[in-house]
Amino acid sequence: MSTTTAPAAARSPRGIALTAVVILAALGIPLVANSYQLEVLSEAWFYVLLCLGLNIVVGYAGLLDLGYAAFFAVGAYTAGLVTLKLGLSFWLSLPLAVIAASIAGVVIGGPTLRLRSDYLAIVTLGFGEMVRITVRNLSVTGGASGLVGISRPWLFGYKLNSIGSYYYIFLALALLAVVASHRLERSRIGRAWKYVRSDEDAARAMGINHATIKLSAYVMGAIFAAIGGCFYAAKMTAIAPETFTFNQSLLILLGVVLGGRGKIPGVILGAIVVVVAPELFRDIGSMRMLVFALSLLLIMLLRPAGIWPERWRWG
Amino acid sequence: MALLEIAGMSLSFGGIEVLRDLDFAVEEGSITSLIGPNGAGKTSVFNCLTGFYRPRTGQITLAGGRIDRLAPHRVTRLGLARTFQNLRLFRELTAAENVMAGRHCRTGAGALDAVLGTRRHRREEAAIAEAAQRWLGFVGIPDAAERVAGSLPYGHQRRVEWARALATEPRLLLLDEPAAGLNASEKEELIALMRRIRDELGITILLIEHDMGLVMQVSEHIGVLDHGRKIAEGTPDKVQNDPLVIEAYLGRDEDEASEAA
Repeated sequence: MSTTTAPAAARSPRGIALTAVVILAALGIPLVANSYQLEVLSEAWFYVLLCLGLNIVVGYAGLLDLGYAAFFAVGAYTAGLVTLKLGLSFWLSLPLAVIAASIAGVVIGGPTLRLRSDYLAIVTLGFGEMVRITVRNLSVTGGASGLVGISRPWLFGYKLNSIGSYYYIFLALALLAVVASHRLERSRIGRAWKYVRSDEDAARAMGINHATIKLSAYVMGAIFAAIGGCFYAAKMTAIAPETFTFNQSLLILLGVVLGGRGKIPGVILGAIVVVVAPELFRDIGSMRMLVFALSLLLIMLLRPAGIWPERWRWG
Repeated sequence: MALLEIAGMSLSFGGIEVLRDLDFAVEEGSITSLIGPNGAGKTSVFNCLTGFYRPRTGQITLAGGRIDRLAPHRVTRLGLARTFQNLRLFRELTAAENVMAGRHCRTGAGALDAVLGTRRHRREEAAIAEAAQRWLGFVGIPDAAERVAGSLPYGHQRRVEWARALATEPRLLLLDEPAAGLNASEKEELIALMRRIRDELGITILLIEHDMGLVMQVSEHIGVLDHGRKIAEGTPDKVQNDPLVIEAYLGRDEDEASEAA
């Protein structure tokens, strides 16, 4: 990481120390955790990636997207089809998934991003369901039962088989997502997303093409989800349409809003809470979802801008 | 040839004519004003010039090229920048980030450049940050850079908006009621700033303003609008003494006569 793009946090000694401690702790967890805990934490890192991707759309560009799981599905099914039907390497599915997600993003976003936020929410919701219903009804995607038997990828001569290896894969993806988000946020394009969110007409008067800027946020978010989807397919070896429901989109959105839209540490925290909290409440049995929902309500009432404090700086 | 030329421009909304067959020109290097009573169509002219409204008929040319069918961002790229009547800052962003917006159309690094931290990205970012600081300095608020724009005093917010418009490197700067809400000494500073923009930067200025004193003091050429029509045009002296202008602002003579009686 070069000095000009390093997080402001990482420039201060305290920030470097804090970041290093968190990363070391995350790296060390597999030494002490059991496989159930690793499973939950891998999912948490995976959600960090998805939430940071959606944060670009919702947090930076201010576009309410209720169909984000569709891009996650595009990635997962690309990986499934590339390895199962075409018999190619898993790694080839990554660039193909990026291309597929970009095309899907442009096709969906092009005509719809002109809409005002509430209409956009409805259209993206519809799009999310369309993708799920389409893969459910195509024979090439395995219909309702989905794709089964996706082969595990090889990396540096090792077959990625164990939960430990996926823990590290998703941790690495989450870290890459943090770095990419951070760099985007402080870039020409990232600022343009915020200008359009803040005041579309003023942004246009400054020479910013609001249509292409919104589209670029939408496509960038789609790419994050598609990359995540590829690794999700590799980890699960089986994917089914019911993974990519509206509930899934909502859960990812929840992570973003809960932690604090547009704030990277907040979104990370939100993603982890969304995955880990229901597991912590597992002991209370059937009341679990109710307690989870109530605590979410409370958080949103008490901290409408998200858990992460506005002025608190990392380091 | 004039820098900006408006020829036969009409604008209507749902059958209501807002502008009627308007001809107007702004000479390069001048400070020109457009005045008129409330609802005369002044801001509509600005919205047509900047591509936010599409005139029903007529042509607008900037330095000889037509701009009346272009989207706002394209007009800005061609060298026309504006400020808004009611401040339109990105309120939750810092003053520096606001001014950086003006550099967007003069730079080109993409999302991939940012993610990979390419040399192009780093070079542009350094130049954008430098430009933001320089323009804030030019308008006299260099210390405001890291302040959130919405938290600045009103007069400073105005200056941020000017710096943001200047950062787009315009040839023509459109100012929509820049003196609104300013006190007398702030108005003096504003006049000085307008002269510096024209004299030091060579930027032509077209302004809409209610404050007659300011307009007469600063403009070299004035156009007067009333009910969407140009009713007079010329030097401040000529316009000030034009009976049609006096009538538009003060009402007709007969009314005054009958009121007096």
